[in-house]
Amino acid sequence: MAVEERDPHSGYLTTGHEWNGIKELNTPVPRPVYLFLALTALFAVVYWVLMPAWPVGRTYTKGLLGMDQRTSVTSELKQAALERSAWMKRIETEALPAIQADAGLMQRVRETGRTLFADNCAACHGREARGGPGFPDLTTSSWLWGGDPETIAETIRVGVNSAHKDSRVSQMPAFGRDKMLEPRQIEDVITYVRSLSSQPRSAPAAQVESGRDLFAANCAACHGDDAKGIGAGAPNLTDSFWLYGGDVESLRRTLTQGRQGHMPTWEARLTEAERKLLALYIVDLRRKEQP
Amino acid sequence: MFGFHYRLERHALRFVIAVILVAGIGGFVEIAPLFTISETVEAAPDMRLYTPLEVAGRNIYMREGCYACHSQMIRTLRDDVERYGPYSLAVESKYDHPMLWGSKRTGPDLARIGGKYSDEWQVAHLQDPRAVVPESKMPSYAFLGRTPLKTSDLGLHLKALRKVGVPYTGEMVANAPADAYGQAAPDSPYAAGVAQRYGEATQVRAFMGRQGDPTEMDALVAYLQVLGRLTDVAKAQQAQAAE
Repeated sequence: MAVEERDPHSGYLTTGHEWNGIKELNTPVPRPVYLFLALTALFAVVYWVLMPAWPVGRTYTKGLLGMDQRTSVTSELKQAALERSAWMKRIETEALPAIQADAGLMQRVRETGRTLFADNCAACHGREARGGPGFPDLTTSSWLWGGDPETIAETIRVGVNSAHKDSRVSQMPAFGRDKMLEPRQIEDVITYVRSLSSQPRSAPAAQVESGRDLFAANCAACHGDDAKGIGAGAPNLTDSFWLYGGDVESLRRTLTQGRQGHMPTWEARLTEAERKLLALYIVDLRRKEQP
Repeated sequence: MFGFHYRLERHALRFVIAVILVAGIGGFVEIAPLFTISETVEAAPDMRLYTPLEVAGRNIYMREGCYACHSQMIRTLRDDVERYGPYSLAVESKYDHPMLWGSKRTGPDLARIGGKYSDEWQVAHLQDPRAVVPESKMPSYAFLGRTPLKTSDLGLHLKALRKVGVPYTGEMVANAPADAYGQAAPDSPYAAGVAQRYGEATQVRAFMGRQGDPTEMDALVAYLQVLGRLTDVAKAQQAQAAE
């Protein structure tokens, strides 16, 4: 079926098809298209030789360059750790006051701490560490478990009410739900507790008095006789900091339903040096807030 | 060479055979690695199964299209590993049907989100993302907390997964609705069976902070809290590689 008829106008061959005297041209594909096709095919062949490509039974062709993403990410991480190792080692081994006194080292803490904090802590404590509903503000002087760097590092390690075996444990009982206090008694306790901090007080003295007695019988074991907390997760109720809110509505919810905050353990996710660095970063944040 | 093609395409039968041959090469290259998959994918003897509640959560994750903005695949890149943890291994998706690796990260990767944040945070964040992360653009899923979870058909879901190779036992299938209830109600008589059937590491908790009939929120949080925690093989393998 060879068709050798040439169109006299364009000079191209025709396909031999004809409709009402109009003949279909067999215009050749432009040369650059063939060129690119050939180049891509050539690229593929070179790539097969250099890079891992073809499956062969139980293995595959490894390629002349020996590229392997798992090996390269491992060595990249090693290299990064090596670059950090000089000052990271100092964070790991030196005493906390010595690190805090070293301006150069603290600059590293601020830079790396910021990234670590954003990746791991900011979801709950906020990007600026100012906390959120039920998540503590880390820039204040109010600390449930202690605010010195060692204690903070330990809290990061074990978490609060977490699955870790050494987890810090605290629970505010549900006095209302579990029928330990009558609703009227809860109102008295709320009035008394609010009278301790700098909140507007217009409550009758009798109610405050009754609240004081109930507090001594039910709350003082954890919050202390003076309601200043005894440092084991039970907060100081006489200051102006409230984790769950110090208004009547929030306090009623706290006393009725109880509270049990959770902080995950970071022992498996962060290294010891990273946890120490974060503790230093947090203490440094507070220092910046309150010069 | 082009003359050969010119001649070939003029014979219908020869051309059909040539098309089948060439397309067959592509098919073979894609299918051949599957013949040896049992030898090329890592082994994870400690791998746990998704509990019925986690399967339900996974179904909600798919229904709500979470995969459109969240990947579950930590790549072999330094940035990924430093932010999210050890890179994902194929074996970790062994029981994922379908897998939810995703390809787009409007939000962060979730492959190892399990245990990273508390249940309260997960619930607060799903109810109103901007209440805890002001810069978030995630939609609110508060309705999940108001929607009771349908548990009656979970046995059938487990059965379907068993058909594609997830080793659920007959006992697991039979107890699926009770186990879904028990996992979110630790004080109920159904809780003990969950740990017994799915392992001691199973998280039996009141995910929304209250016990009783589980909601869709309970299921989704249970699923999120187990992501990346079915096996420790990735962490162990990469710690060894770093030595």
